[in-house]
Amino acid sequence: MSDVIPMPVGPAGGHVRLGSNAGQSMTRRDGIAKVTGTATYAADNRPDRLLHAVYASASIARGRVTFLDTAAAEAHPGVVMVMTPANRPPLAIHPDEKVGMFGQKIEALQDDGVRYAGQPIALVVAETLEAAAEGARLLAPRYEALPPRIDIDAQPRFEAETVGFGFPAAHAVGDLEAGLAAAARVVERDYVTPAQYHNALEPHAIVAEWQGDRLIIDTPNQAIVMMRGVFAAYFDMPEENLLLRSPYLGGGFGSKAAVWGPQLLVILAAKALGRPVKLALRRDQMFGPVSHRGATRQKLRLGLDAEGRLTALEHRAAAVGSSFENFFEPAGRASENLYATPAMAMSHEGIRIDTGTPGAMRAPGEASGSAALESVMDEAAFELGLDPLEFRLRNYAETDPATGNPFSSKALRECYAQGAARFGWAGRPLQPRQMRDAAGLLTGWGMGTAIFPAPMFQATARAVLRADGSAVVETAAADMGQGAWTSLAQIAADGLGIDVSRLEFRSGSSDLPDAGVAGGSGHTATAGSALFNAGADAVAKLAELATKDPASPLFGAGNAAVVARDGRLMLADDESRGEAYEDILARAGLDLIEGHGKGVRGEAEAQSRAMFSHGAVFAEVKVDPDLGQVRVSRLVGAFAAGRIINPKLADSQLKGGMIWGIGFALQEEAIHDPRTGRPVNADLAGYHVPVNADVPHVEAITVHEDDPFVNTLGVKGVGEIGITGTVGAIANAVWHATGVRVRRFPIHPEDLIG
Amino acid sequence: MTPFEFIRPATLAEAVAAGAEPDSRYLAGGTNLLDLMKLGVAVPRRLIDISRLPGLDRIEAQPDGGLRIGAMVRNSDLARDPAVLRGHPAVAEALLSGASAQLRNAATVGGNLLQQTRCPYFQDPAAACNRRDPGAGCEAIGGVTRGHAVLGWTETCIATHASDFCVPLAALDARVEIAGPGGTREVGMAELHPLPDEDSAGNPAIRPGEVLTALVLPPGSDAFAGHSRYVKLRERTSFAFAVVSAAAMLDMDGGTIRAGRLALGGVAARPWRVAEAEALLAGQAPDAELFDRVAGVLTEGAHPSGQNGFKIALARRIAVRALVAAAAGTPARMPALPGSVFASEGDLTHV
Repeated sequence: MSDVIPMPVGPAGGHVRLGSNAGQSMTRRDGIAKVTGTATYAADNRPDRLLHAVYASASIARGRVTFLDTAAAEAHPGVVMVMTPANRPPLAIHPDEKVGMFGQKIEALQDDGVRYAGQPIALVVAETLEAAAEGARLLAPRYEALPPRIDIDAQPRFEAETVGFGFPAAHAVGDLEAGLAAAARVVERDYVTPAQYHNALEPHAIVAEWQGDRLIIDTPNQAIVMMRGVFAAYFDMPEENLLLRSPYLGGGFGSKAAVWGPQLLVILAAKALGRPVKLALRRDQMFGPVSHRGATRQKLRLGLDAEGRLTALEHRAAAVGSSFENFFEPAGRASENLYATPAMAMSHEGIRIDTGTPGAMRAPGEASGSAALESVMDEAAFELGLDPLEFRLRNYAETDPATGNPFSSKALRECYAQGAARFGWAGRPLQPRQMRDAAGLLTGWGMGTAIFPAPMFQATARAVLRADGSAVVETAAADMGQGAWTSLAQIAADGLGIDVSRLEFRSGSSDLPDAGVAGGSGHTATAGSALFNAGADAVAKLAELATKDPASPLFGAGNAAVVARDGRLMLADDESRGEAYEDILARAGLDLIEGHGKGVRGEAEAQSRAMFSHGAVFAEVKVDPDLGQVRVSRLVGAFAAGRIINPKLADSQLKGGMIWGIGFALQEEAIHDPRTGRPVNADLAGYHVPVNADVPHVEAITVHEDDPFVNTLGVKGVGEIGITGTVGAIANAVWHATGVRVRRFPIHPEDLIG
Repeated sequence: MTPFEFIRPATLAEAVAAGAEPDSRYLAGGTNLLDLMKLGVAVPRRLIDISRLPGLDRIEAQPDGGLRIGAMVRNSDLARDPAVLRGHPAVAEALLSGASAQLRNAATVGGNLLQQTRCPYFQDPAAACNRRDPGAGCEAIGGVTRGHAVLGWTETCIATHASDFCVPLAALDARVEIAGPGGTREVGMAELHPLPDEDSAGNPAIRPGEVLTALVLPPGSDAFAGHSRYVKLRERTSFAFAVVSAAAMLDMDGGTIRAGRLALGGVAARPWRVAEAEALLAGQAPDAELFDRVAGVLTEGAHPSGQNGFKIALARRIAVRALVAAAAGTPARMPALPGSVFASEGDLTHV
């Protein structure tokens, strides 16, 4: 990518260019603070007179609590409060009501009911963490238990009304049955994906402190201003009286774009006790009230003509939710926008079991759906005798199959070509179990297509140019480790036409302009657009001053004839004529000049173009022929995701997604005891995610893609797409290595031994 | 957590005396005990820190040719000890295949030998468990049992022993020294790790007030040094407990096996050895068919304790794999991925 790419004229005018800072592989600006331990995560806060909270978790999955030994807990030295449904102070909104667009029913001691194992049933607050933990243990709850509904396949299914956060549960184009009837071949397969838990390294945590009517909460959050509003609603307080600070998150993956019951209880306790209170969830408590990816059962049917072109595509997903809430993994949506077909039908059923409610987990719907779709595509290619890549190219969608709209950009062909070349895909035998390495390990190659939407939400930002030529920008962005502190600063600096070293970036706090949600792979596009536009607005005002000032070398140039770079305004056609920002401000007698910007996509663009990132993932696996142990020896992904703001951070994001795909394909799976409903692997020894030794070679290529429609920046997003495509690619490679097709994830060694 | 007294005795005698008090537990590296305390599985009222007792952190060659290893030697130090690498390479390989570097830096020899099963029902205080609470019943039976025993289990307990280290130790007839109120006693690995029976769940055979002070690799056990391997099947490439594992050692006389040792991990409440299986090796030339027969005898009587029948075939296969690897000879250098089927020395890891 070149250093400077002229940008389409944005809302604030054409003075500024993207490319002086954006596009550079800048090292993350918060890196040193993190590796030296000075970056303050929520639970690192220790205000004076701090109390510690621990909540007791239900050990049954269905029923009610009949007894808590609160006397024993209260008698324990150091315990200052035992909160149960009997004495929990009121909330302004009942926890079974939903607040905001991501709102779900939550558990905040509203009654004695237990609807899943791990549900909070009491909160103990004490002078020390140890005393709080012992107090919680001393509660020794007794229950009236009902048999939990845990066996997914034994539960009734029903047509889901919506999936995800209120998306339509069904979508159809054309006549599916006619398409299947016209097919020369129908491939029908079933796939199973398990429950997975986010397991961010940093557990959910909160430190809450009331100062009179003001509430300060330190809690990791992916949607800082929006969730300030949600917290405020539960306490019926003006939003401006609530300060939510979330400068760093140790991973969120969707589970921190919400408010959970334990947080509300801690805020109530802090108010009742008049002292700050801290709670950090234990690892096992991460398998209960803070969301997960629901399990699925998926059926795909492909109708194919004699040349291997789709005549019909059906994706029917049964998604597992909780007994009391309606979040269903929108797995079927993964098939809507990828392959050309005259007829498609996606639909979802719901299944209810007695676990916590699922929610958004990195690539919600797309991850599970893509795993199934890319597997069935591979199975179809083999039946047709076609190379899997050739089969996908025959079904390449030139327009969005779901809407018929043109794509805003789509460099998927280039992804296929570059990924295949880098991987060395050519010459792959069509038959499985053909390749062994020098050690005799079965070797297989598989591929999958990656796709993820490129949404924008809404954000605002403020930019201030100061008299010394430096600047400060403000927006309440969330850095979950993805690098927002860095990439957003790069964009902001380009918006202001200064070097990023002269930029102060204020973020991660709810008293700043709303940066929207860090989710949906839309944070850079949304918050970045707001920052860029804010900077451009400030520069436009500066240009207005200069071009009307007879003392300026730019006098009379006309607003549009001026460009900004390196802290200078210059004539576009003669950059030797110009002056520094500080000179303009000094002559005008101004200490600062302020700009404002929004990041939002126009409705017309959103309706007329299909906007997606694309990619192609190629996997090589080694499989021990006798023991069935699998290792992904090589993983190459090529992705087209619009403009890449920071290649180093984007590379990390894409690789992180691909590594998540390894976990999905081979490791991640939460297992509940069928009789009690308690998770049996609620720790990181039992719930496996990839370790370094699992990822000997992961490579992410970014394919050049200009997109003039997604937003002024040309940015799509890289946060989630890496998972899609990868899971299928690995499953397909395992089949290619062994000849064994596993349709239940994760793939275990015993699935592969004869 | 439940308040406890923390005691740091100056001498072994003080430690033994302190440990005889009710509800006492000894603390060494803490990598297992602290987890159990956080889970509420272990609730000691007195924690006796023996990690700084003098004289327990040495590795000493014995006059009779054996090797005596103090109970407080760290796993990572032992795995890199020249005498161990030279004389007992499978012990080092097993150690390095387990846990993570950080855990191995903290974990001790004694703690590893006395560690508890990772059965999820043992680790869940809300579940019935005979091992935790004799007579309570075994909630693992009928539950999620993919990782449970296929050999030597009873209705009392179907848990497996979690250690990698103990697998080659059992194969080598290692012994441990235990100091107690009545003096010091020495027991073998099988005695230390009893199998469950109709009455007891098979907890380590160490009594209150007893301190495991040393591990002894017997004289002559280095005869297998040239042909010793540990192979471990796991669900990710590193940092995972064994699905099944095997340690194999051959004392070779030219092309003939003078004596062989073989133990399985991950299949029973202790490393699993069968004398009749090992006896088949003596006097024979290494051969895939022979190894398969040996593995067959080793796994005789195996039966699933739940959803784990697949482990029987895997156990048999990994026994063969370890024998083949041992026959090929101990690698000159520790593999990059110790104990892994993806070790770099491909010709040693495959039939």
